[in-house]
Formats: sequence, C-alpha cells, structure tokens
Amino acid sequence: MVEFAGFDMPVDFGSILDEHRAVRESAGLFDVSHMGQIFVRGDGANETAEALVSCRVDSLQEGQVRYGLLCNEQGGVVDDVTIYRDAADALMFCVNAANIDKDREWMQAHVRGGARVEDESTETALLALQGPRSATLLASLCDSPGPDGLGRFRFGHFRVAGIESRISRTGYTGADGFEIYLPAAQALAAYEALLEKGAGEGLRPTGLGARDTLRLEAAMPLYGHELDDTTSPLEAGLGRFVKRDRGGFIGSEAIEARAAQGFERQLVGLEITGRGIAREGYSLVADGNPVGTVTSGAPSPTLGHPIALGYVTPDRAEPGTELEVEVRGRRVGTRVVETPFVKPAKAEKKTR
Amino acid sequence: MDEYKFPEDCQYTEEDEWVRDEGQHVRVGITDYAQCQLGDVVFIELPEVGATLSKGASFGTIESVKAVSDLFAPLSGVVVEVNEELVEAPEKINESCYGEGWILVVEPEDPSDVASLMGAAAYREHVDGRDH
Repeated sequence: MVEFAGFDMPVDFGSILDEHRAVRESAGLFDVSHMGQIFVRGDGANETAEALVSCRVDSLQEGQVRYGLLCNEQGGVVDDVTIYRDAADALMFCVNAANIDKDREWMQAHVRGGARVEDESTETALLALQGPRSATLLASLCDSPGPDGLGRFRFGHFRVAGIESRISRTGYTGADGFEIYLPAAQALAAYEALLEKGAGEGLRPTGLGARDTLRLEAAMPLYGHELDDTTSPLEAGLGRFVKRDRGGFIGSEAIEARAAQGFERQLVGLEITGRGIAREGYSLVADGNPVGTVTSGAPSPTLGHPIALGYVTPDRAEPGTELEVEVRGRRVGTRVVETPFVKPAKAEKKTR
Repeated sequence: MDEYKFPEDCQYTEEDEWVRDEGQHVRVGITDYAQCQLGDVVFIELPEVGATLSKGASFGTIESVKAVSDLFAPLSGVVVEVNEELVEAPEKINESCYGEGWILVVEPEDPSDVASLMGAAAYREHVDGRDH
C-alpha cells in the first residue's frame, strides 16, 4: 500500500506483470476513487468551461466525453481532465487526485456568468473496468440496453448490480474499457459484484503499478511527470486536444506565442535497446552531450523490453534517432520511436 | 508473519539478504520478504567473479517493475560464483528466492562474520517490527 492524495492505494495485488497482462488479455478492475469530480452548472457553465479548457466545449454533445487541458496564463498545464456533458448547462470535469483543490480554486476564480463550481469528489467513487472482456462482463451486470452499446468517449447512466452509475467508455490503459462513477457508499458492493462475476473470465483486481505500465504503453501522459504548470500542451505532443484555430481559452495566447518562438523540448517515446531500465529523472545523452530527461520509464510487459517517455531537444525528436540514457553511471542505448508503444485494440477504435 | 518464509539454515541481514554457510563458501540471496516487497523482478546487475565485496557496500542492483534497489554485501569477501541464469530469468528470484534464485557464492574474508548475522528468529522479528 502507498499513500496517495490522502488515499491508501494498492500498488499491486501480488504481481504488476500478471495484472498488466490481465488487462491486455481479459480484464482488470481498478479502484480509482481518489480521482476528483468537479461540476460546472448553471448559467454561464458553457462559457466557463470554454474559457477553462483547451478543447472545444460548444460541440460537446450530451452523453459525450472529451479530453482536454486546463491551462494557466503562461500556457502551462494546470491539469489534464476529461469533460462530460450532462446537459446544456451542466458539465462534469474528472480531474487528477493530487490537483483537486488546485483545480477547484482555479475553476472558481474563472467563473463566467452565474455558473456554480461544485466539487463532488468525496462522495463519488470511481471504478475502472479495463480490457477486452470488459464490455461483456459489465453488460451481464446491467439491464439491457447496457453500457456495451456505448461508443468510445460516450457515457450514459446505468444500474450496475442494481447501483445507479454514470458509465463512460473511456480509460487510461489503451485497452477497451469503462469508467464507472457511483456513490462512494455503494462502491464496495459494485466492486465485489464485478469481481465475483468476472472471476471465471480472467478478471483481476489491478493496482496503481499496472495502471502506470498500461498508460505508459499507451503513451498517455501522467500529470506531475510528463505535464506540469510549466509544460506547453504542444511540447507534450497534445496539440490535437488544443483548439488552436479558435483560441479564446486561458493560456491560448501564451501557447501560440511560445509555439511561434519555437520549443526547447519535445516529448518523445523511447525504447531501450541496451541492458537497463530508464527511470524518471535519468539523463538522455547524444554524442556525449545532455539532450533531455526521462519523465516515465518501465519495462513494457507487452513488448518485453523497457520503454520510456522523455523530453529531448527538438533536433533529437525524430523517430529513429539513437540516444543513450544514463542508468546509474552507465550509458545504455535507446531509440526514439513512434507512440503509442502498444496500439489500441482494433475493436475499440471504430466509434471514436 | 506466517506469510513469509524464514529458513532456519540461513543467517540474515537488516538489508533483507540471506547467507547460507556452505563450508568454505557462503551462498547469498535476497529474502522472501524482500522479493515480496519488490514485486516482479525484471532486471539484475551483478558483479564479476573475482570481484571483492566490502561488507555493507552496494555490489549490484535489482529492479522490479516499479523500482530499483541496491544489493548490499552481507559480508566482506571475494565473489567465486555468480548466478548467470538470473540475467535471462530474473523471475527466479520471485519463484525461489532461497533456491534457484540465489545470487552469489562468496569466499568470506573472515568466516566468523557469518555467525554475527541475525538468525531466522531475530530476522523474523526485524521484519515483523517493520511491517506494522
């Protein structure tokens, strides 16, 4: 167990590798109730959200989810979030646990019109059911039509084992799967019902360790590692989540100004070709000179060799570039590669 | 503490290594408690045969999926054998930390060093005290 954002969280239930494989091959169940849920409701909710996030909110339909970034005036990232459209004047932001207070205060400070910012993190639990067998398994605990009919980045309200839940077809693993929001008081009952139902299908309880190796294979950023208050979304490779043609959100001008100047660094995927594992903070070197730093690194259970994300100078960011990583005084070969490291499963891409 | 194994034929260090007296030499590995705490071992860096170990100093590293840890010499001496199989199959440390997952065979500089390490009961208490 580790303490994280005030929660005691299991790193693993015995083996990160086994849990990782369960999600790639059948299914895994994560308790990620530490994540925050902040609502923006009432008159001005759309204007508030549109000003707060890098992605478009006006085109977000009821029942749709979108990934975006809260940025500061300097164009750095306050947090990366998913935004759910509940109604014409109601949106939910799912935010990182360590940033709940910062985000809520930031959102409150930038309210437009009479919108209300309401933090329901404490009373809301979140379970993530991830893996190719998730849809069938979850449907078996819901009435028909069930959440298995949801397209990617869509959500709806369903009863899971009789418990009223908000379910989205989203996740942080690069696998097909669902995120299930439900009242904290009933979360344990739903968790146990899912585990019991899935026991014969290869479903395993999965912890923070596997969550990290899975998201790394999918090359999804983790706030505090690839992103922080100084990172431009563009240097983090998140330009497709930024409404650059429209602008108008906090930080948009700074993001464009920094882009016009040219970036000093760019986030890249790395595969380790030598013997060793690149970890966060290790230096990246080219021709004996420092060119960057690793932000996340681990062995990839799916690929069978270590992978990493890191920032390098733009002239070293091209896939195929050979670099070295300093592993405790030893230089180990590494190569810039395309991301994601592991492509999402085919079935889950069709409706995005 | 029934969940961890503490074989009676080993001596133990505070850094969670075991030492088994095999006459002229001693065999060294990490304990069941250590391998449980580490989780899946995926990489190990070992010294060469002939390397000199200095008691308490790092002689290599062991990596699990989530972290890197140093390996500390339980006593001073010379490495006479290294478990090369761990290079290709580091998971042997998880599967059999007191058996096929052994790490080194060492010729101690001072054979009486072995007796100065903790016995199974003392080490069990050491682990127990730390786990709560």
